[in-house]
Amino acid sequence: MTTTSAQADTRAVAVARLEEEWQEQRSLRSWFATVDHKRIGRRYLITAGAFFGLAGIDALLLRTQLARAGGDVLSPDQYNQLFTMHGTAMIFLFATPMLFGFGNALVPLMLGARDMAFPRLNAFGYWVFLFAGLVMFSSQLLGVAPDGGWFAYVPLTDLPYSPGRNLDVYTLGLIFLGVSTTAGAINFIVTAIKLRAPGMSLNRVPLFVWAIVATSFMVIFALPALNAANALLFLDRRFGTHFYQPEAGGNTLLWQHLFWIFGHPDVYIIVLPALGIVSAILPAFCRRGVAAYPLVVLATITTAIISFGVWAHHMFATGLPSLSLSFFSAASVLITIPSGIQVFAWVATMLFGRVVVRVPLLFVVGFIVTFVMGGVTGVMFGITAFDMQITDSYFVVAHFHYVLFGGAVFPIIGGIYYWLPVLTGKVASEVLGRWAFGLVFGGFHLTFFPMHLSGLLGMPRRVYTYPSGLGWDVWNLLSTIGSYILAAGLLLVVLSVVLAVARGPRAAPDPWDGDTLEWAAATPPRPYNFASIPQVFGLHPAWDSRTLSRLASDEVLPGHQAMLTSELDARPQRLVSMPEKSLRPLLAALALLVVVLGLLGAVYWLAIAGVVATIVVVVGWLWPPQLTEAGAEAP
Amino acid sequence: MAAALVALCLAGCAESAPSTLDTAGTGARRVEGLWWFMFWISVVAVLEVFLLLGWALWKRRREARVRAGDATPFVGVLGAGLPFIVLVAVYGVGLRDLNALIRPPAGPQLSIEVIGHRWWWEVRYADTAGAITANEIHIPVNQTIRIRLTTADVQHSFWVPQLMPKTDLIAGHVNETWLHAERIGTFRALCAEYCGLQHANMSLVVTVQPAEEFRIWLRDLAAPPARDLTDQQRRGQAVFEAGACGACHTVRGTTATGTIGPDLTTIGSRWSLGAGAAPNDKGHLGGWIVNPQSLKPGNQMPPQPVPAGDLPDLLSYLEILR
Repeated sequence: MTTTSAQADTRAVAVARLEEEWQEQRSLRSWFATVDHKRIGRRYLITAGAFFGLAGIDALLLRTQLARAGGDVLSPDQYNQLFTMHGTAMIFLFATPMLFGFGNALVPLMLGARDMAFPRLNAFGYWVFLFAGLVMFSSQLLGVAPDGGWFAYVPLTDLPYSPGRNLDVYTLGLIFLGVSTTAGAINFIVTAIKLRAPGMSLNRVPLFVWAIVATSFMVIFALPALNAANALLFLDRRFGTHFYQPEAGGNTLLWQHLFWIFGHPDVYIIVLPALGIVSAILPAFCRRGVAAYPLVVLATITTAIISFGVWAHHMFATGLPSLSLSFFSAASVLITIPSGIQVFAWVATMLFGRVVVRVPLLFVVGFIVTFVMGGVTGVMFGITAFDMQITDSYFVVAHFHYVLFGGAVFPIIGGIYYWLPVLTGKVASEVLGRWAFGLVFGGFHLTFFPMHLSGLLGMPRRVYTYPSGLGWDVWNLLSTIGSYILAAGLLLVVLSVVLAVARGPRAAPDPWDGDTLEWAAATPPRPYNFASIPQVFGLHPAWDSRTLSRLASDEVLPGHQAMLTSELDARPQRLVSMPEKSLRPLLAALALLVVVLGLLGAVYWLAIAGVVATIVVVVGWLWPPQLTEAGAEAP
Repeated sequence: MAAALVALCLAGCAESAPSTLDTAGTGARRVEGLWWFMFWISVVAVLEVFLLLGWALWKRRREARVRAGDATPFVGVLGAGLPFIVLVAVYGVGLRDLNALIRPPAGPQLSIEVIGHRWWWEVRYADTAGAITANEIHIPVNQTIRIRLTTADVQHSFWVPQLMPKTDLIAGHVNETWLHAERIGTFRALCAEYCGLQHANMSLVVTVQPAEEFRIWLRDLAAPPARDLTDQQRRGQAVFEAGACGACHTVRGTTATGTIGPDLTTIGSRWSLGAGAAPNDKGHLGGWIVNPQSLKPGNQMPPQPVPAGDLPDLLSYLEILR
């Protein structure tokens, strides 16, 4: 493409002004006030990664205790707190926030947008997540961590059997965290519907974005059930209601229904975005788009819908009527079909493409291997008769680690290696990455494969000790050895990332030749993402010279503006101003933290003060802005 | 091959395991068959994906030319069509087995009430007055036994891996299951639903006996034969009745009639102390009485200040309660 020097100057001037307007000064205030989705995304990733580390240490302690029969490393109370926090933190404080971190960092870039639809809400969501995580983990330091399992079944978790503060940390912590997750989900949905680059009609939306949007809808429908369950439990425990107390007319199965109406969709809330990561990584390393794009999109949406009809398969042994069991069983078996479609779409992508083996692809291959093995045992648990026999044994522990570690953590690590240039402008060492993959993959299977066997041999889960001589010893020892290897592999992942960021070479622009728009931006992207609004003509805009030339044109969109487009066809509608940085999100999150701490400590005047503070901050936040000179509405 | 290895290990390494693949009950045997059926299908499905994946990694490297063709038929057939057919078949077999689990092979000849406590099992033979024990169930071979499940506190789950899949004990509900053992033996059973501090030590043993042997056992349980007590044992009984023991425990035929802890009328013949926490011998029993919290931390029994001089008498008494 040829440009005259005059044109080049026009662009250079416009871009320079854009830089000036978007650049955030390096001050403490700006650090707390930032609304840049890339910075917030990185913070999500780092914070969730830290929580992963803590919950991983919990797991290593559990495995150390179980290395041999009659272990005495941990007391029963410590063990129960640790396994509860391991599960709760991995699900709520690691998996979802980590994937939301990827979403935050990448969705606006993939859509060709300049930020999320509600940048300040985004910042608010991060601060709430951080505070909720700190509240929950600090309870572990104080020895009052939740100890009723991540599923917190009543009546064990109700006041008579759990009189401490432990379960209040659980109920309040999760409700608090839910605020963040809900805010994030709404933000993703609106961003994906209204801020897509012109031309990115629904059939050109990247699969990762589809996955994030489907997930966000699931969050919005599933979380209220969890919040309700926790609110009722809190009322039971603190204010003497009887929702879960059968002797006073309450019902303990109510908790199980509410919890799993959230809980099973939540499995897909974790897995779907991770599958989206896989679909995002593969094209760059197969040199073609993911096969059967429409089928993969349909599979994603179908999974999201069916996942709301399978919750009772967690309750097959509770004595529900067998007719209803068979419906839930059918849905549970059926939901594997959309997953099957995606697996074969990825395999077909590799078979039809030219495979380039790099670290991100290795993790994708490791993912497919592990996820398929977890999938077939998942079908088994969909079959009621088998479930009644094997549920709550170690076989289940094996199954869901294959699905969740295999299905989410492998893609997450692959995604970190793949997008490190976008996130940090650096590339990680291929050699260290391959070693890390080997250790993680080997360590994972050595840890969790033997659990299939101990489970079939009748070993129940959630036991702090077990007797020797029941044939469980050797499998437990292998699991423990595997968990140390796995931990070494994960440390190597962290090390290779830290080394890359600290002293690695700068990444070349678009180092993998990726197909989606984040690779058409600078590496790493500028604060405004794109100087010119991209025009999209197909599924792989970063491989499309029309889009690229448009991006380099001198039609620079000035100021803190974003382009709204139509919902289905992404036709340009109008320009809107984007909000600038603000401390209010942080203040609102702090005020909510005061509410939570007040309720937790039963200091109700403090909680009320927190509510008032929240209202004051939010009113200030939402106060109608003064019109700017141009008459455009400010945030 | 891997499958054969697994099968070998499961059979060989685990002679005394409560293995779901070494079943002795009609219900568990059903599921064992279902497992192997699904296992082999799973092996084929997993191998299919691995082979395709391996082929891609092996053959589609450097020299491969990217094919632009539409992969939708490939994905539709292998990812949706074939799995659908297989899954329908699996679901059908699963339904058949679910029906078999719901309907016992014969009408129940005996009813047993099993009540979950934190952290032990109360067992009552419903048709035989006074037949109460704890952490052990005896049943006659080749008969169908109805089990009524309730809980005195939190949720538990009743699981005899070699005999019958789980049924939960739900607060405020009555659940039912059945046992039908096809061979004589003792089978470990356990609580499979997390129930708090000592969930790990909530096991029981199901002893399957010939019908006649069982009849005698049940008769003796309901009305223990009169015992000739030695002087020492008599002193032990006095200690038991005079001390705090009787506030929580019952020994039928004495003044000890507490109902908070397990009925101890046959404590001497039980397989363990504390539902699997320790072996049932004199040493452990003495230790248990003095401080139950060291053998099973958190259990509901407080340490007992039995004078050191009385302890041997008490132990010799408890030992003959068979």
